[in-house]
Amino acid sequence: MSGGVLGLGDLVEIGRLDDLGRLDTPMHRVDARAKAIVVLAFIIVVMSFPRYEISAITPFILCPVAFISLGRIPVRHIARKILVALPFALVIGLFNPILDRQPIVAFGPHTVAGGWVSFASILLRFALTVGAALALVACTGLYRLGAGLGQLGVPRVFVVQLLFCHRYLFVVADEGGRMMRGVALRSDGKRTLSLRVYGSLVGHLLLRSLDRAERVHRAMLARGFTGEIRVMRCSAFRGSDWLFVCGWLAFFAAARAWNLAAALGCLLTGGAA
Amino acid sequence: MSHHLVAVKDLYYAYPDGTEALHDVSFRIEHGEAVALVGANGAGKSTLLLHLNGTLPTMRGEVVVGDTVVTRETAVLARRAIGMVFQDPDDQLFMPTVAEDVAFGPLNAGLPPDQVERRVATALDRVGMAHLQGRPPYRLSAGEKRAVAIATVLAMAPDILVMDEPSANLDPRARRRLIELLRSFGHTRVIATHDLELVVAVCSRVIVLDGGRVVADGPARTILDDEDLMLAHGLERPHSLRHLHPH
Ligand SMILES: Nc1ncnc2c1ncn2[C@@H]1O[C@H](COP(=O)(O)OP(=O)(O)O)[C@@H](O)[C@H]1O
Ligand SMILES: [Mg+2]
Repeated sequence: MSGGVLGLGDLVEIGRLDDLGRLDTPMHRVDARAKAIVVLAFIIVVMSFPRYEISAITPFILCPVAFISLGRIPVRHIARKILVALPFALVIGLFNPILDRQPIVAFGPHTVAGGWVSFASILLRFALTVGAALALVACTGLYRLGAGLGQLGVPRVFVVQLLFCHRYLFVVADEGGRMMRGVALRSDGKRTLSLRVYGSLVGHLLLRSLDRAERVHRAMLARGFTGEIRVMRCSAFRGSDWLFVCGWLAFFAAARAWNLAAALGCLLTGGAA
Repeated sequence: MSHHLVAVKDLYYAYPDGTEALHDVSFRIEHGEAVALVGANGAGKSTLLLHLNGTLPTMRGEVVVGDTVVTRETAVLARRAIGMVFQDPDDQLFMPTVAEDVAFGPLNAGLPPDQVERRVATALDRVGMAHLQGRPPYRLSAGEKRAVAIATVLAMAPDILVMDEPSANLDPRARRRLIELLRSFGHTRVIATHDLELVVAVCSRVIVLDGGRVVADGPARTILDDEDLMLAHGLERPHSLRHLHPH
């Protein structure tokens, strides 16, 4: 509510994502490494399709849908986060209809320019990959995911950076939330801030967050932190995790090699086309 | 055992912006002593504590913990000997669950998993918070956060406990519980606070700081009972002592 002015509400919401990571569902019990490998492969394969492709990509929806439903993640939660990030994809994608006007699809007398098709393709890929990545975090918890990435051989600096970014995001959100409450209490119900107040707020937010980040770092050092992330249970990679990885990779390979959506369409319409 | 010794000699510190926070601070704390560091806001208590484990570098003077002079190089040793509980538990608790937070220190010390688990269980038990182990720390009450923050430090089996305003933000019941807990420890304890009732209950010795200088150092009763001294340095004589010998 009070976060509405700065748009900080969404930042505060990231706490929810971490809560979801603590659920105990079949999807949460899969080893973090297995899930990370599958989502990474998913992103690579989805991105590897030619630019005008749409229908062949659609079967890939199955992957994020499986993560979200088996992990009992509220769809609305993921959808909102995708919407928050959507402007970036729009900016990237919008050049296509402008630059690429060659007609490639015809519906009777109407033609659709290639640019619009690739624009749609970009948005679809974007929604799928961001959705899968968010679902991965929600089904794993960032800390466990970081530990898993470390076990997979991702350099420690990156993992530590990832976890710190996450922790400091909380710090900033926390400070921001507190400041906005202070502003809301004194701004007489007005929802807009003058540019000057806004600038001073952002400056304060930055300084306070840095201060706090330093205190957190101090507390970590006081408990012997050396830059290495250690976890208690180095979970074992079980047979079911192998099955999980192999199953998904096989599906990705098949869906990449053949247009499963078209194949399914043929099957349903009697295989005439 | 010299392990538990904390000695500060002629310590001076100025913050980068020029604020002089400590002037010629000297004292020596022996094994098992419970010492209160009292003083008004801005007296330099936190600054002094941050020197004990090398978080702030010694500018002038000397800090000795156990048998080692604390320097940038030996800070790691000082951090092993000293368990520091910071003023704001939200700064100290950063892991997804209470248990993982308590395990953070022992894991950093390189202990094997089964031993870490035992340490976590013992430490949480010691502060009466074993039932919270699966909860995320940022959702706890202030009293619970404080107790868990103390557990994160106990799990590292320190020789010396250092706490910055441990009773701040606690309601009366949580505060009473904290006092009982602090009384029950056998560690050398250094507690910065202006909660003088806590001092009366826990500490045998008091060091008074004002403007970054030690202005008094002696037995708790004697110092706290000295109304003029207390008032002169922005403090007040605790009520519990008034009842003991009314004027
Ligand atoms: N990061 C800092 N930069 C500059 N001055 C500081 C900083 N932290 C504390 N001080 C100043 O140092 C003095 C001692 O502060 P502090 O040790 O926090 O006091 P206490 O803990 O007794 O309240 C105060 O005058 C305070 O304003
Ligand atoms: Mg202080």
